[in-house]
Amino acid sequence: MQLKNGSKAVITPYHRPQPGSQPDSLYEPYKSTIRRAPSQPLVFLPHTLSEITGPLYAGSELAETDNDLTRQHPGEPLGERIIVSGRVLDDNGRPVPHTLIEIWQANAAGRYAHAGDQHPAPLDPNFTGAGRTLTDENGAYQFVTIKPGAYPWLNHYNAWRPAHIHLSIFGRAFITRLVTQMYFPGDPLFALDPIFQSIPDEKARQRLVSRFDLETTRPQWGLGYKFDIVLRGPQATPFEGIA
Amino acid sequence: MNISLTPSQTVGPFFNFCLTAGKNCVSTIAGPEAKGERVHLTCRVFDGDGLPLDDAMIEIWQADAAGKYKHPDDPRAGTADPACSGFGRMGTRRDGSCEFETIKPGRVPGPHNSLQAPHLNLAVFGRGLLKQLYTRVYFFGDAGNQEDPVLNLVPKNRRETLMALLSSDGRWRFDIHLQGETETVFFDV
Ligand SMILES: [Fe+3]
Repeated sequence: MQLKNGSKAVITPYHRPQPGSQPDSLYEPYKSTIRRAPSQPLVFLPHTLSEITGPLYAGSELAETDNDLTRQHPGEPLGERIIVSGRVLDDNGRPVPHTLIEIWQANAAGRYAHAGDQHPAPLDPNFTGAGRTLTDENGAYQFVTIKPGAYPWLNHYNAWRPAHIHLSIFGRAFITRLVTQMYFPGDPLFALDPIFQSIPDEKARQRLVSRFDLETTRPQWGLGYKFDIVLRGPQATPFEGIA
Repeated sequence: MNISLTPSQTVGPFFNFCLTAGKNCVSTIAGPEAKGERVHLTCRVFDGDGLPLDDAMIEIWQADAAGKYKHPDDPRAGTADPACSGFGRMGTRRDGSCEFETIKPGRVPGPHNSLQAPHLNLAVFGRGLLKQLYTRVYFFGDAGNQEDPVLNLVPKNRRETLMALLSSDGRWRFDIHLQGETETVFFDV
């Protein structure tokens, strides 16, 4: 493309998601999708400067306790302390450095610090359940938190969400933006959870399950879990203009 | 590409104490010093029954008044307007609405030496949305709309779903209908 000052910009489009790797918008067992999923086909959009750019650092400066959810209040939260760490990579295997990760979750009893959460489980005055951090130059990140509890929801009779941590990641472009959930290995609720089951490909689904990690487990203190995140990456060959 | 992607999951109903609380709630995309025509934008989100979503989140990414993005992959980023961050993020209220303060972006280069019409890139997140929905906000009546390469990919009878409308109080309004007769065009990006 020709820019006004005569210089040419090279647009490197991003890979499209592999089939089955992402949920469809409509997944009827998850009832809220029925009146919220678009019914018309999406319009295919070749990538322009608008898609391949994006906010690189959203919002405020980070505070020291932003990635340690156990130290945000005067007292210690109740529950099992855990260390969640991993790397953010693109699908070419390259690290995604200095990108913002935000997490939020229920407390150990399965209750969110949110006015709308009606689950009759106790709130913990020493736990809010919100954190943020930036990946380092190698795409690595770490959070210290409390293992969240499972909680009931109203999707169907006796519906329970497997224990999970919500994550939001920006990546380099507006189209690499990812909001997802991290689960814990061996949860008996996986087979019954329509949100987890909404991902068609079994292998892709397993990408959302963290793994226990002895190396990051702190002796006499808390268990470590590894969770790597893979975002869409740029196509290998940049090309000029878009068909 | 050889590594499989991390799947998307819904943002759920209980995100706002993290994603849209305090400083993380970004209604000002371009501050008062930013160059360009001021835009006060009200977005609203409705489901297939026409009911407002009170638990959705909207993110906006846009260029400055000269059509430049503040991003290293835009070669003109060095001269982008420092008063226009380009990013906004708000949760919707009970009536499905949220408001942004910004400027009308300039025309961004498109494919084959084209120029895109002024537009905001918008993503909707919410309970019941297993992945975010991408759309664009164009400005009704803008001369560039006719030749916009993206609008031209959209069936004619659906293009008006991508138009923000100027109301008599001077605010721009953009309604997002997830389903139904006036369903907004969403893009496969
Ligand atoms: Fe949740």
